[in-house]
Amino acid sequence: MIRILKYVALDILKNKIIIAYAIMLALFSWSSFGLEDNASKGLLTVLNIVLLTVPLMSILFATIYIYNSGEFIELLVSHPVKRSKIWKALFTGLSVSMIAAYVIGAGIPLLIFTNWDIALMMIAVGSLLSVIFVALAFLSSIITRDKAKGIGTSIMLWLYFALLFDGLVLFLFFQFADYPIEKVIVFLSALSPIDLSRILILLRLDVSAMLGYTGAVFKNSFGSDWGLVVSFLLLSLWILLPFYISLRKFRKKDL
Amino acid sequence: MIEVKNISKNFGKLKALDNLNLQLNKGECIALIGPNGCGKTTLIKAILGMVLPSGGDIIFDGKNIKDNTEYRANIGYMPQIGRYPENMSIGQVLDMIKGIRNHSQQLDTDLYEQFALAKMLDKKMRTLSGGTTQKVSATLAFLFKPQVLILDEPTAGLDPIASEILKAKIIEAKNNGCLILITSHLLSELEDIVSQIIFMQEGQLILHKNVEDLKTTTGQQTIARSIVHLLKTATV
Repeated sequence: MIRILKYVALDILKNKIIIAYAIMLALFSWSSFGLEDNASKGLLTVLNIVLLTVPLMSILFATIYIYNSGEFIELLVSHPVKRSKIWKALFTGLSVSMIAAYVIGAGIPLLIFTNWDIALMMIAVGSLLSVIFVALAFLSSIITRDKAKGIGTSIMLWLYFALLFDGLVLFLFFQFADYPIEKVIVFLSALSPIDLSRILILLRLDVSAMLGYTGAVFKNSFGSDWGLVVSFLLLSLWILLPFYISLRKFRKKDL
Repeated sequence: MIEVKNISKNFGKLKALDNLNLQLNKGECIALIGPNGCGKTTLIKAILGMVLPSGGDIIFDGKNIKDNTEYRANIGYMPQIGRYPENMSIGQVLDMIKGIRNHSQQLDTDLYEQFALAKMLDKKMRTLSGGTTQKVSATLAFLFKPQVLILDEPTAGLDPIASEILKAKIIEAKNNGCLILITSHLLSELEDIVSQIIFMQEGQLILHKNVEDLKTTTGQQTIARSIVHLLKTATV
C-alpha cells in the first residue's frame, strides 16, 4: 500500500486546487483574527468558516479526484495488487493532503492567536471533518458510475449536513415542544458530523449562547467531559462507516 | 493453465457470458474471435479479475482466482484501449508499474528499445497518439516476462513497422512456451501466429479447435476463409 500511496500523494500535492484551498483558508483565518481585537470573537468567525468550507472542499475535491482516478485504478487492477489496497491508498492520500492543507492554512493562525488547547481542539476537529467528508465522497462516488451524478450526490450531502440539518432539528423541536424529546434530539445530533463538531468546540469554549439547540441538550445530557468523549467516538464512526461500506462495494465493482 | 468453468456474467438483463467452459493450455497461441459485443473483452476481464463473474469459477495454475491477486504476476495484459493517468509521463508510468510489481528478475526491455520509448519518456500520457499509447501498453505487457499474455486487439492502431515488431515478439513468446490469448478482428493478421481458434457468439462458446483441424474439416487454406465457410454453411 505504501508504494501506491507514494504515487497518489505526489499526484495530489502537485494539484493546484489543494494549494489554493490552503491559501484561501490562511487568508480567511488571518483576516478574521486581524479584524477583531478580541481573539475569541475571531475564533468564532473562523469556526463558522471552517464548518462550512472544510466539508465542502473535502467532499467535492475527493469526489472529483476519485472519478479522475478511474484510469489509475484500472491500470493497477490488472497487476498483482489487492483492490482494497488501492482503495485504502487513495483514501489515505486524500485524507492526508486535506489535513495538511487545513493545518497549514487554518492551523498556524489558530496556534498563534488563540490558546493552545482551543487551537489544538480546532485542528483536531477540522482534521476529523476533512477525513469524514473524504469518506463520504468515497461513498457517493462508488454508488454511481456517472461523474455528474456522483458530484451531485456529494453536493446534496454537504447541503444537508451543513445547512439543512440544524433547521430540521429546530423544526422538529418546535413541532413537538410539548413532549419530552431531549433524548431524541441528542440522538439526532449524532446524525450530523458538522453539528457534532460544532458541539465539540463550543463545549470547550463554554459559550452556551452559541451552542444551538442540539448543543445545549448535549451539554445537559453529557456534561462537558463525557460530551467530548462521546462526540469524538461518534465522529470516528462517521469516518469508519462510510469508508467501510464503500470499500465493500469497491471490492465487488466491475471495472 | 487456465480453466474456465461455467462462467456467467450478467450486466442487468444482458448476458455477456453465458455458461462458458474453456481449457487453455501452455504453449498455445489462441485467437479469440467473434462479432462485436460477443463477450470477448468481458471474458478477458473476468480472467484478469477486473470483472467479477455472476457464476462459475476460473482456475489459474490449479488455483481459483477468487480473492487471489498474486496470480496476476504471471499475466501480461495489453488492453484494447489503454487508459492511463493523464498527468503522468511515460517514464513515470513505467517506473510506477515496476515499483508496484516489485520485480527482482531481469526485465524484458526488447519492445522498450525497439519502439524507442526512451526518447519520449517525458511525454505526458494525455498527449500521446493512440498508437503510441498501444506501444506503452505492449511494452508493459511483455516487461515482466509473464507466462500468460492476454492481448486485446494488439495491432489495432499500430503502424505497420510497430505491428511487425509486436508480431515477432508474440511469436518469440509462443516459442518460449507462453500461453497467449489474442482477440482480433483482423484474421489475416493472426494467420501465421495462432495455433487454436475460439469462436464466441452472444456470450456462448461456438467453437474451440486447432487451426489445422479447422482447415482440414472445412477444406480451406486460411483461417479467415474457414471461418467464413463455417458461418455460411452454418455447421457451427
